[in-house]
This record gives sequence, structure tokens and C-alpha cells, in this order.
Amino acid sequence: MAIASEQQTVDLREPSGWRRTKNQIATVGMWIAFVVMLVPLGFVLVTVIGKGASAITWQFLTNSNIPINVLPVNYGGVGPAVIGTLEITGFAALMAIPLGVLGGVYINEYGGNHVLARIINFFADVMTGVPSIIMGLFIYTIWVLHFGYSGLAGAFALGCLMLPIVIRSTYEMLRLVPDSLREASYALGATKARVTVTVVLPAALGGIVSGALLAVARAAGETAPLIFTILTTQSLNSNLFSGANTALSTLIFQNATQPYTGAQARAWGSALTLIAIAFILMIVARLVTARFARYDH
Amino acid sequence: MSIATRADSAIPAESASPLTKRRPFGDRSFQVLALASGLLVLIILVLIAVSMTQQSTTWFTTAGWSGVFSTDWDPAHNAFGALPFIYGTLITAAIAIIIAFPVSIGISLLLTEVVPRRFSRPIVYVIDLLAVVPSVVWGLWGILVLAPWLQGIYQSIASGLTGVPVLSTFFGGTGISGASFFTAGLILAVMITPIVTSLSREVIATVPAIDREGAYALGATRWEMIRGAVWPHSQAGVVGAVLLGLGRAMGETIAAALVIGSSPTITTHLFSTGYSMPSVIANQFGEATVGEFRAALIGMGVLLFVITIIINLSARAIVDRSVRRTQGA
Amino acid sequence: MEQQDQQVTAKLQVPQTTTAPVTPETEANKVFDAKNLSIYYGSFRAVTDVSLSIYQNEITAFIGPSGCGKTTVLRTLNRMNDLIPSARVDGDVHYRGASLYHKDVSPTAVRRRIGMVFQKPNPFPKSIYENVAYGPRINGLRKKGHLDEIVERSLRQAALWDEVKDRLNKSGLGLSGGQAQRLCIARTLAVEPDVVLMDEPCSALDPIATGRIEDLMHEIKSQYTIVIVTHNMQQATRVSDRTAFFSVLRNEKPGASDTRTGVLVEYGATQQIFEDPHDSRTQAYVTGRIG
Repeated sequence: MAIASEQQTVDLREPSGWRRTKNQIATVGMWIAFVVMLVPLGFVLVTVIGKGASAITWQFLTNSNIPINVLPVNYGGVGPAVIGTLEITGFAALMAIPLGVLGGVYINEYGGNHVLARIINFFADVMTGVPSIIMGLFIYTIWVLHFGYSGLAGAFALGCLMLPIVIRSTYEMLRLVPDSLREASYALGATKARVTVTVVLPAALGGIVSGALLAVARAAGETAPLIFTILTTQSLNSNLFSGANTALSTLIFQNATQPYTGAQARAWGSALTLIAIAFILMIVARLVTARFARYDH
Repeated sequence: MSIATRADSAIPAESASPLTKRRPFGDRSFQVLALASGLLVLIILVLIAVSMTQQSTTWFTTAGWSGVFSTDWDPAHNAFGALPFIYGTLITAAIAIIIAFPVSIGISLLLTEVVPRRFSRPIVYVIDLLAVVPSVVWGLWGILVLAPWLQGIYQSIASGLTGVPVLSTFFGGTGISGASFFTAGLILAVMITPIVTSLSREVIATVPAIDREGAYALGATRWEMIRGAVWPHSQAGVVGAVLLGLGRAMGETIAAALVIGSSPTITTHLFSTGYSMPSVIANQFGEATVGEFRAALIGMGVLLFVITIIINLSARAIVDRSVRRTQGA
Repeated sequence: MEQQDQQVTAKLQVPQTTTAPVTPETEANKVFDAKNLSIYYGSFRAVTDVSLSIYQNEITAFIGPSGCGKTTVLRTLNRMNDLIPSARVDGDVHYRGASLYHKDVSPTAVRRRIGMVFQKPNPFPKSIYENVAYGPRINGLRKKGHLDEIVERSLRQAALWDEVKDRLNKSGLGLSGGQAQRLCIARTLAVEPDVVLMDEPCSALDPIATGRIEDLMHEIKSQYTIVIVTHNMQQATRVSDRTAFFSVLRNEKPGASDTRTGVLVEYGATQQIFEDPHDSRTQAYVTGRIG
């Protein structure tokens, strides 16, 4: 930071009185803002861990039957929901990540200054702000009404949610790859696709993977896209493509308003599981970013 | 003019190679694939608008504009007025941004002006942590822990404010509930803080260092420097960030659905139960099997879509222009 | 290159002396032949009416003050200007008799024969081995044994082998400036081009690294044709056989700017350009009065 310098006066002390106080108040205010943000975060984490930890057992996570709400928490488990979350989110990632990376490649490598590329870039950004409930309603109107509820429909909805996020983060990462690398590749006689696939994407890989993981973490926690697409089941449906399914997020949503302690305990346990999944993905994303060497030395 | 290179006498005839080659199939198809993936964004957006509008036309045609925007919501008697929900959406979003704005700005300034670069990492991690907590977990905590606790607090505030002219219209009233507009606004504020913070940081970071140094060189305190050098530059961009937060708050569904109280009332009493567009869609969709009920819910989805698109478009345009202006100058 | 691993062109063996260009100026020995070449970026004419010929197995230097089109002309020789959307070429450039800008010519094929080394070393963020193997790989060469051979040969040619032979798997980014540039040269040589274009290859390097690269140029001259853009007149006298002096149009002042049109002022044997320049502008530049 630059140093404050006094003009030709003898007094070199800090500005006195009101100016100084204002400055201090401002600084304190900023720190208070940070603390204010910490409070709910701490609160929620402590509560979830506190109430959820007691519910988590191996049986809780893997038992293939979600019992009816009145039963206490040590009956059955939420296995179907865990599997549902993993399967549905996994399939959504399988669709959205390749398409998203390719979309980002189009905008940065092929789009140049074309109007179409700028429009796509702009609307991809706008699309990241579309509420997730809209994605759920959308897939409901366009798929579920014709083909019924299924884990697949849920995956479509989550995929629509993830697509613009992956596109934007890929685009930002590709932008950072210096042009000199592309030039070197062209000069060796590579075609544009080759340049992109063999030099540019590998150079940006760390950032792209990290961005994709964060998108997956976001999707895993989403509820609204799923309530219109997967309905809910109490028992395991491992067939992604037909029949209603369930997931941790929808389970929590259902159980949150139940008066039964068993149901609520299951909700807390599922919440802890869900947060753990999201945190793990986030931590892995950070590790990936840190581990991949930057390409500018 | 021949395009083949002349064969050198030392080279065997077969390897005198032309410089031509048709553009390899792989190269072209990769480009097409990339383009198609990009277009998917536009296609999906258009499809969303078209298919959802289609499914909701029954509502608009049966209820007419007066029916759609009436305050009467009573599915059992075929009344599908959306006004209570529009009101609730706007109110909770307003509460959210009023609370989140100073907090987010404070944190952004903390990160850009106060904390040295190497210590800013932990703070950013905490913000990311905040962002990654799923909406439904916020809602769960909100309805089972926060709302009951707040109920008592609301009650004391309300009774303490009886008779006070302006404040009691907002914070007074009799139907006090922990699950209310205000609680929903509170939780939404927490949820939108990360994105408003990160976008504000983006904007504030584009303020040129020379401007900051200029203010310091004149003997300004940090706060004076912020007011004089940083704020004028980033004003517009921060407006954009706020708009973006607003849009987010409007669309945030599950947390709001759980803590808003689920009662379609229009009232200024923020501590009373209410409803919002995404909340009613989430909560009632299971019962809306056919006909106008479902069309009404999907129709509100359309309204929500349009509103958030407009807000996001404006927010992005404002932020982009502000960033361009500071950097271009 | 074809999907085979044999050389496309044979290298001529030409008897060498060190004082004057030795390649006879015959049609057969012309590698490049530019006639009335003008290069535009959009409507801005960056270079006007350049005519010169580059001869086999020589080192030709482009010198001149900043902003007079030397690099632009260089990049025209391997169609790297194509990467700039608004770039347009007027006039003709022939490469061994073939028109380089004919509509059927594939830039990729051109670049496999005419390689380029850049001003700032730009190794890929891959291992040293993979950097050098990159070119042959994209030309279809996959056999490990063969690749090993090519990598070693290219690194030896670039005078880098001894320094890196024990750490071929380490990242190319970990090399010093001079080493990195030699790696880039090895990478270029690995595809066995006909011509090597060099755009101020030593300007980011210290004098010792510069000297090593100049030695390298002399060593590989017998197998390649080299065109080098350089700001350093001494370098031009040290390495080149022929020198082309560029400046800006007569009624403009030279200097770093992107609104001046470049022009070829004089082209001839290096000895002649520096000891007996014909044009007054050449004389002013080489004696240090301008530029």
C-alpha cells in the first residue's frame, strides 16, 4: 500500500480526531461484516454436525429401506437416497461436463469476436442465474409429462443447471492460457482441433476440473430441480432410467416439515451426509487447483 | 500456377509432396461439436420459455389478467391470483438484499483494502464454505432451529413497538411467527452474500492502483481513500452486483419454502407468515395434478423466469460496462 | 508431412566459406521468392511492395528499426499471419516454386515444412521429452523407439542433450531462458522442416545464451535454410549470409508505432550491406545514426 505523506508540516502523527475515528469505525465495520457472515455459518455447521452425527451409522447410510416417518431413526436408513444422489448427480455430470467444456472451447477458441460467440457467452452467464426451480419445471413440462418420472429426468434437470456453470468456468480458464503456447503448436503444423486438444486443454486442465467439481458439488445439493422430476420413493430404485427415485436433498425437504422425531433425525443425518459430500468435492477441487502447475513460470 | 513443390533432384519422385490437404475431417467435426455445445445454451433457454408458457396458457386464458394478478388465492374455489406470491417474492428479496448489501460490501472491502494478500485466502475459503452449504440444509436449520428461536425475539420486538408509528407497521402486528417474511429474508441474505461479495470484489479489484495511491499520497486515511477513489469507480459495478444478488434471492426456492410460513397473505408486517412464488410452486406442486392449478404454478414459474432473466441481463450489462469503463480509461 | 517418418525434402550439401553468401543465385536454389508482397491488417497497410528471394542453406537476416514490418514479413513465410483474422496478403510468395497463398494450399502442411522459433521461449507445460516429441507425434509417429531417437537427435542438434538427458521427464517450464529457447529449437527441428524461421530468438536471453544459439545456427545451417529477424546488428554480421534492411516509407519517421507502413530498403550480401550500403537510409541505420 502507498504510504500517506504529510506536506511540509511538522506534525507527522496520524490524522487526529474525527478523521481517525471515522477510519477506525470503518475498519471495525468491515471486520464486523465478516463476523456477521461467520455466525450463521458456524451455527448451521455446529447444529448439523451435532444433530446429524448421532444419526449416522453404517446402517443409516446403506440400508435399502427408508422407513415411514413415524419410525425412529434406528429403523432402516437412507441408502436409497444416498445412491439416488450419487447416481443422478453422476449422470448429470456425465452429460453436462463434456458439453460444458466443449461449449467453453467454442467460445474462447473458435468464437473469436463473432457475434454468436459473444451472445452464447452472455447468455451462458445469464443462464447461471436462472433459478434451479425453473430447470425442474422445464424438464417436467418437456420430459416428465411425456415419459414419466425418473432419475434420468432429474439428471437432465441437474445437467441444465450445471451446463452454464461449466461453460463459464472453462471459458475463464481457457482465457488464461497464453497465446504463445497456441502459436508454438500452430507453428509445428497442428490443426486447430489438435492445438486445442493437445496443448490448450491440458494447460487449463487443473482449472477446468476444479470448476467442474464445484459445479457437481452445487448440483448434488440441489432440491428444487428434483422435486418435479424424480418424485420420491421409499425403496431403492437403482434403475436410473425408469421409475421414480429419491435423493438426499428431496428426502431432507420432505422430512423437514414432519413433526416426528425419527423423520427429523433422518433429515439431520442426511443433511450431514450431503454437506460432507459437498465439502469433499470442494476440497478436492481446491487440491486440484493447487497441485496442477501453473503454465506461466 | 502449380501448387506442388518442385522435386529436388536428390529426392525420389514419390516424396515430392503437394502442399495441399483437404481440411481433416476430425478438425472440422470438432469445431461443429464445440459450436453445437455452445448453441445448447440458447436452445435450452428458448425451450424453457416456450414449453413452460405453453403449459401455463390455461391459467392466463381462464383467469384473464385480472384473475392472474388478483390477491385471491384459493385453489379449492378456482381462484388463482398470484399477487400474494409476487409480493412475497419482492419483499423477501428486498429484505435479503438490504441485509446482505452492507455485509457483502464490508467483506469485499476487507479483502481488497485491508487484509494483505496472503491472509485473504482463509477468508475466501470461508466465503466458499458459506456458498457450498445446500439450500435445503439452510431451510432445515431455518425451520427447525432458527424459526423457533426467532419467534420469541420477534414477539418481544413486536410488543415493544406497539404504538410506534412507522416501525410497528413493519415490525409489529399480532400474527407473529418464527416462519415469516423476515426469517425467509434473513436466510436468503445469508445465501446471497457469497455471490454479491465475489462480484463486488471483482468490480472493486478493477479500480486502478494509481487512483488508490493518488488518494493516499494526498494524506487520506484508508476510509477516505475508499470513499474518494474506490467508490466512484466501482459504484455502478456494485449496483450490478446488488441486482444479481436480488435475482438470486428471488429465485432461491427451497430455503424460502421451508421458512416463509406458507400462507398467501399480503401484509406489511414482516414477522407474519407469507408466501412467495418459488415457495408455493415447490410446496403445492404435489397437489396440483391437473388443470388450472398446475397451469397457475407453471405460469408463476414463467413469471419468475422472465423476472430473473431481466434482472440478470441488466446486472451483467451494468457490471460489464463498469469494468470496461474503469479498465478502458 | 505425410504419415510416414521419412524426410520430405533432402538437404543440399553446399560447399561453405565464411565470407560471402555461397549459394549461387539460381532459380533452383531459391527457397522463397517474394514479389511485390504487401500485407494488410484490415485497411492498414503494414508492409508494402517487398520483393526478395531467400536461398538454400543460407542464413538471411531481416534488420531494421521497430515497427517496420520485419516480423510481419517473416510470419508471412509460414502463413502464421493467417491466425490474425484481419490479415490479408497482396502479391505473391513462392516456396520452392509453389504459390504459398494459393487457395488450395493448407497452412498446416506449410507449417510442417517451415518451422518457427519465437521471441520469448514458449515451451509447452509438458515434460522436456514430450515437448520435443510433440511435433512428430502429431504427424503420426507413435513408435516409442523411433520417437526416442528423434528426441535425442533433435536435442543434440540444439546443443541441449547433455544438459537434459537425465531429466527428460521433468517439466519444460523448469529450464532457464537459454535452455528453454534451445528446447524450442529442438522442438522445431524434431519435425525436420525445410526452413527454420526465427523471430528475434535471442532478444530475451543473456549474451552467453545468445552466443550458444548463434553457434547452433552455424552448425545446422548445412541442413536447413534459416531466416532470422533481429534487432541486433552485430548479430546479423555474426551469423547471416544475406541481410535485408527494412524501414518505413520515405516520408515517415521510423520508430515504434503501429501506424507506419514498412518497406524493404535494401537487400544483399551481409558484407555488402554493412561495409558498402547503397542506400543512404541503410547507411544511416548500420552506422548507428538512426534506429
